[in-house]
Amino acid sequence: MVIVGGGGHGLATAYYLATRHGITDVAVVEKGAIGLGNVGRNTTFIRSNYFHPDNIRFYEFSLQLWENLERSLNFNAMVSQRGTLNLFHTEAQRDLFARRANQMRLLGVDAEALGRDAVKALVPLIDLDNGRYPVLGGFLQPRGGTVRHDAVAWGYARGASEAGVDIIEDCEVTGITRSGARVTGVETTRGSIGAETVCLAVAGHSSRLASMAGVTLPIETHVLQAFVTEAVKPVLDVVLTYGPSHFYVSQSDKGGLVYGGALDGYNTYGQRGTLPMAEELAACAVTLMPGLARLKVLRQWGGVMDMTMDGSPLITQTPVDGLILNGGWCYGGFKAIPAGGVTTAHLIAHGSSHPLAAHLGLGRFAAGRTVDERGVGPFPWTH
Amino acid sequence: MLRIPCPHCGERDETEFRYRGDAGKARPAGDADIAAFATYVYERDNPLGWHVEWWMHVAGCRKLLKLVRHTLSHEIHAVLAPDAEPPFPPREQGR
Ligand SMILES: Cc1cc2nc3c(=O)[nH]c(=O)nc-3n(C[C@H](O)[C@H](O)[C@H](O)COP(=O)(O)OP(=O)(O)OC[C@H]3O[C@@H](n4cnc5c(N)ncnc54)[C@H](O)[C@@H]3O)c2cc1C
Ligand SMILES: [Zn+2]
Repeated sequence: MVIVGGGGHGLATAYYLATRHGITDVAVVEKGAIGLGNVGRNTTFIRSNYFHPDNIRFYEFSLQLWENLERSLNFNAMVSQRGTLNLFHTEAQRDLFARRANQMRLLGVDAEALGRDAVKALVPLIDLDNGRYPVLGGFLQPRGGTVRHDAVAWGYARGASEAGVDIIEDCEVTGITRSGARVTGVETTRGSIGAETVCLAVAGHSSRLASMAGVTLPIETHVLQAFVTEAVKPVLDVVLTYGPSHFYVSQSDKGGLVYGGALDGYNTYGQRGTLPMAEELAACAVTLMPGLARLKVLRQWGGVMDMTMDGSPLITQTPVDGLILNGGWCYGGFKAIPAGGVTTAHLIAHGSSHPLAAHLGLGRFAAGRTVDERGVGPFPWTH
Repeated sequence: MLRIPCPHCGERDETEFRYRGDAGKARPAGDADIAAFATYVYERDNPLGWHVEWWMHVAGCRKLLKLVRHTLSHEIHAVLAPDAEPPFPPREQGR
């Protein structure tokens, strides 16, 4: 079989196919070099603080896999469970976060409410009374944190390769061949490959690949940016999110402050990002922690992502027999890599969904069972 | 930063506007089946190339506009009234 895309999900799927199901007749076909897609462009946050019970179970499964990943792969991915702290700034926001935290605790997942003093103790640089939206408190998931993203790609790639998977770089898929309703292989810039099963794991490019097989998806492609400042001594020991806007920040082990926020706001395949969002996020950073105003931003980049119509991913069969899709990760697919790999490998090996990913099928849209965490509807740029 | 030439207000920064999605979808007749409505509500062509899309000039005239924009170069080919037929997009250059 062929897996298209050597990112986190493609490589993890290959690794679990080989190690859990003994399927090693697998080629991972990557248009560039492995690890240079979104798996190497994200802000590296892992957590399982979702609201929808099916999502909590799925992401919690992933978090538990992260907790043992380095031992399984024998690769140092620098998994750091420094905690994820979501600040709230109004009573309504507190109630929403509390509802989510209660839902998590009902399912046995860690969530704690913190008052202002506890927030200040955890984040000494914070300005609790910043301007218009003072911080009222926060919700902490102590087991959330960060992972060294490049090492995730390399660790899964090495594991898959050692187990017999072929990883082919500099090989772009340009067509998907079919015989009637069945997939028969892929055409690439380096020739064609026959395959009974083709799994797409191409992150922001799922629509383009699916259209090669005549399938239209519930996806729009959008860009998300990330920023890194110059390195300083340790000042922030938690992943912090700010409530009035969409902004999150952590400090990398090298010392740089890594931050990001919302989508640029309109669909694009341009992996660049525009200035209005850069300005908005810098404003958030200095509102929350005025001391950050003294730091220079050293690097900025963008990654293009599949935004689905309900904000949840797709691990699913498609209308074409033998064509499997792992995609629609929106901006939350890094934390999902271990669970995405296990459940996609299960779907390929057994021909039916893994119980933890049964809610992530394409059929949910026509059936009216969308998995929309915030209930905003089919407007992908708002998820 | 996009500069969008609003036919009512002139050329303005993208921050005055809000993107409102694919304008190429036609609403099915009221008695169409569920599959037709699911396609209309949820499926998107999501092309790498020219895209006909809705934008609202929220911080200007507050009128709804139909844009023909390239999703990689971000070039804006046309800004039209909501009921205008989009002109045939320019030929793809090199891709
Ligand atoms: C700025 C930013 C910040 C983010 N922050 C977080 C975060 O903090 N936490 C989190 O959980 N998620 C985050 N995400 C989301 C996460 O990075 C993605 O959801 C996830 O990495 C996508 O899965 P992947 O790793 O398989 O994708 P990718 O690494 O993009 O893999 C897809 C691969 O497919 C290849 N490909 C595409 N087309 C073809 C073709 N035709 N032929 C062959 N190969 C092809 C690409 O080259 C690419 O290598 C963030 C994303 C961005 C952009
Ligand atoms: Zn106007």
